[in-house]
Amino acid sequence: MTDHLPVLLVVVPLVAAPIAALLNHPRLSWAVAVAATLWTLYAGLELLSQTMASGVIHYELGGWAAPYGIEYVVDPLNAWVVVIVTLIGALIAPYARVSVEREITEDRIPLFYAAFILCLTGLLGIAVTGDVFNVFVFLEISSLSAYALIALGSDRRALTASFQYLIMGSVGATFIVIGIGLMYVMTGTLNMADLADRLPEVASSRTIPVAFTFLTVGITLKLALFPLHLWLPNAYTYAPSAVTAFIASTATKVAVYLLLRFFFTIFGATFSFDVMQLDRILMPLALIAIVAMSLVAIYQENVKRLLAYSSVAQIGYMVLGISFASVLGLTAGILHLFNHALMKGALFMSMGCVMYRVGSVRLERMNGLGRAMPWTMAAFVVGGLSLIGVPLTVGFVSKWYLVQAALEQGMWPVAGVVLLGSLLALMYVWKVVEVAYFREADPELGISEAPLSLLAPTWLLVLGNLYFGINASDSVGVATRAAEMLLGVLS
Amino acid sequence: MVGFYTLIARGNLVKKIIGLNIFQTSVFILYITMGKITGGTAPIFVEGGEDVIYSNPIPHVLILTAIVVGVATSAVGLSLVIRIKEAFGTIEEDEIQDESL
Amino acid sequence: MIDTNLVVGVCLLLPVLGAFLVLVFGSRPNVREAATLLTGGLTFWHVWGLLHHVREGARPRLELLEIVPGVQLAFEVEPLGLLFALVASFLWIVTTLYAIGYMRGHHEKNQTRFFFFFAIAIAGALGVAFSANLFTLFAFYEVLTLCTFPLVTHHQTDEARKAGRVYLGILLTTSVAFQLLAIIWTWQLADTVDFTEGGILSGTASNGVLSAILVLFVFGVGKAAVMPFHRWLPAAMVAPTPVSALLHAVAVVKAGVFTVLKVAVYIFGIDLLGTLAATTWLAWIAAATIILGSLVAFQKDNLKARLAYSTISQLSYIVLGALLANEWGVIGGGMHIAMHAFGKITLFFAAGAVLVAAHEKDISRMHGLGRRMPITFGAFFIGSLSIIGLPPAGGSWSKWFLGMGTLEAGQVGLLAVLMLSSLLGLYYLLEVPVKAFFFRPPDDAQRGKGIKEAPLPSLIAIGITASATVGFFFWPDLWHELMSMVVSGVTQ
Repeated sequence: MTDHLPVLLVVVPLVAAPIAALLNHPRLSWAVAVAATLWTLYAGLELLSQTMASGVIHYELGGWAAPYGIEYVVDPLNAWVVVIVTLIGALIAPYARVSVEREITEDRIPLFYAAFILCLTGLLGIAVTGDVFNVFVFLEISSLSAYALIALGSDRRALTASFQYLIMGSVGATFIVIGIGLMYVMTGTLNMADLADRLPEVASSRTIPVAFTFLTVGITLKLALFPLHLWLPNAYTYAPSAVTAFIASTATKVAVYLLLRFFFTIFGATFSFDVMQLDRILMPLALIAIVAMSLVAIYQENVKRLLAYSSVAQIGYMVLGISFASVLGLTAGILHLFNHALMKGALFMSMGCVMYRVGSVRLERMNGLGRAMPWTMAAFVVGGLSLIGVPLTVGFVSKWYLVQAALEQGMWPVAGVVLLGSLLALMYVWKVVEVAYFREADPELGISEAPLSLLAPTWLLVLGNLYFGINASDSVGVATRAAEMLLGVLS
Repeated sequence: MVGFYTLIARGNLVKKIIGLNIFQTSVFILYITMGKITGGTAPIFVEGGEDVIYSNPIPHVLILTAIVVGVATSAVGLSLVIRIKEAFGTIEEDEIQDESL
Repeated sequence: MIDTNLVVGVCLLLPVLGAFLVLVFGSRPNVREAATLLTGGLTFWHVWGLLHHVREGARPRLELLEIVPGVQLAFEVEPLGLLFALVASFLWIVTTLYAIGYMRGHHEKNQTRFFFFFAIAIAGALGVAFSANLFTLFAFYEVLTLCTFPLVTHHQTDEARKAGRVYLGILLTTSVAFQLLAIIWTWQLADTVDFTEGGILSGTASNGVLSAILVLFVFGVGKAAVMPFHRWLPAAMVAPTPVSALLHAVAVVKAGVFTVLKVAVYIFGIDLLGTLAATTWLAWIAAATIILGSLVAFQKDNLKARLAYSTISQLSYIVLGALLANEWGVIGGGMHIAMHAFGKITLFFAAGAVLVAAHEKDISRMHGLGRRMPITFGAFFIGSLSIIGLPPAGGSWSKWFLGMGTLEAGQVGLLAVLMLSSLLGLYYLLEVPVKAFFFRPPDDAQRGKGIKEAPLPSLIAIGITASATVGFFFWPDLWHELMSMVVSGVTQ
């Protein structure tokens, strides 16, 4: 069975989704979701250890040989992404049971789980496939289910947020498809490895740079890199808490993975950076994202929206690392994929707990919550410390590598901006801490701590923040290997 | 381009979806033109003819997939519009924004 | 019995253990306080035990984890760190005694929370003292900032909250924006962040780059209160006096100047430091802080505020010592860590005693109080002598060495600064006991009935530190010996 893991990784949830929908019962559908996510987590971890030990894994679908057949390719980079996505999925599934009861009407709950599993399928498919059109298909699978998930939010603005995301996301996907089409015209293949071989010959034609451009715009839109991030704040704010926690920790990460795959593996670092000068675009945008979005976050009264803007800033960090196009820079960016998933996952989950008990995530309703819900707010504090980059948390490790990468290139103003981002994060985290711990709670409200089924997954992520902050050697090891492979530096 | 413009400029949500559709369809046509090879015929295997030039079937396959995706997107989009109409009473973007404030 | 290297770990664990004992016994104050005292005693005893090994040239080392490849969480005991640890762990015991008297006498609330974070803060300070590399130091430095925050904002009033913001804001901003940048840059250049005899940075980059890093370090260590990043110190005076005493006369601020000294000696190395362009003008910034701190202290009527600015001024003595880049300066700076700690804590203890017993905060209202509280103000007098640098108080020794250091560096101007500051101190510090003993009380002040000396535990604490201050005049050997080992680089 282990031979077929790459495809089973995707097929099992793909089948589980309609089962969850057909069962049409909240508890049963939930059970299917938990089972599916646990399976994918197991598969993901197995794949990661295999690929770290023995190198790239190739799997041909249906036995049709590449490059004519569709091939699944697993290397340290995408195995890492798979682990991130499945880990978050496996934590959100149990978390969701109680959380969605409050936020989604009961008749829709089975559909929620179906869409959730489908979204997971899509994301995993993007991660493991070696065929670019396959990427598009899975991208749309994950996006469509994401639109549906977001629209399940209780506030009616969830609908408009979802619609806005649909429009922007579809435009992005269409751009990607245009890019893929143009590449196909010039090379005659859709297989990633094959494209990588054939592109250099045709790179001088006018078509390829155009393709490159369409792809860049399309992917950065899905990534929510400033200024194409407009869909994100509303989508994160109004979606149900479990959905936000899931999507915030996975969807954009997979988009970053796509960026890496296209620009390093397929086009190659030389073309992307020396010829097309991608860094000239990515780096300034990333820097602006870090500063501007953190500033905007400081002024938010709705904590989910605050965290959403924070996420756009954090994506800036990831893209910044990538724009250095060095081993250190890529390591930092890839590492931050994982670390940010841990951080934001924990933060959004803690907000889900707050939503569950308080019914709102607006700061004005959170007075004195530090005493009423000590575990929940403590989780938020640790996540916040991680965002700031206090040592012994994962956030620190990301910053350590990112600043190093900047200094290695002699760009110490950039290093300064990275640290400035930390200070801005301090300000918006502090805003929440002050309200929770320094104001008196309204005793009438009688708010109690969140239930264990919500707290446990949250705290697992929080502990992950601390564990991987103290013992980062494993995550750094994988990230470095992935970075080296992407740049063609063999270890 | 027409599609893209409609998408951005029109405030009515349904028109946005139509714009999206036009945009996507134009991409399909792009792919189809790629597939046609000069002098090629329909890509169905002809017995005993090794010298026959075929048009490339792959773009057609890709388009089919993309069409399905496009349909699904429009479906989701339109159902969202219905729900929005129920919730906000309008499908004009500006009015919805006023409602949200 | 136990492997010496493990003793280091024990020293760090004991305060944490003590903190949890405090939590457990929260509802039984006497048991809780006994637990703190016991833990404090054990901690000091173990730290003292390390002295013997360090004297022989050993450097006990404990490596815990590797965070990222090449960067470890590790501890190593060397003379300077041991000096700081001895001061901190000893004064923890004394301050606990004092706090018992103060917190109960003042009917303070949330005492369990107070003693808990106190213990954690000591663990943080010891972590800084025993750190083997910049990363470990930075980690514990931040721990110290975070866990002293609840202590500073203990009263939870609006004023406390605002002060807390300033405190956290300045300390975290300087540490993240400057210190962390400097640390990563050092890592980039030297491929290591371990504290090493003779420093790790020589020859790695140009004079200009290394100067920039030095600047980042000096301003990045906000706890050293070098101007203009000093505002957090007076803001933190809103805390209960035991907090001000231990943390802001001893642990937090000393962690700051300790860091500056340690970086100067073990990252840059004294020789390299002398060649950098930035060293001289940073020394003058320290000098400016010394003078300005004293001048502002002059104008403050609130006793704690005056002491706060005096501390800012005194801290820059140690920073100056480091930046003189010669042996005298380093010895003087290191000794001043100990001398100033004991002297200042006495002053703060006295200020707190006046608050509890007589309910007075402002100096102008303390006239004549000395007759009612002779021990308190007597101790204040002794503490003042140390700060000013007069015999028979220990502070005179550290001042002597610092003065020699300025001459060695050829900076007579800096010597003048030291002299001037002493003169100012003469006035703004001695004013207090003089007016307390010899002036007549203001008309509306309550004197007579009910005002007696401070609570007994507090008095004992004051007595211990005041005696130590005088004692160190006659026996400065311990501190001098440790600092000599630092400059001569004696190892096994």
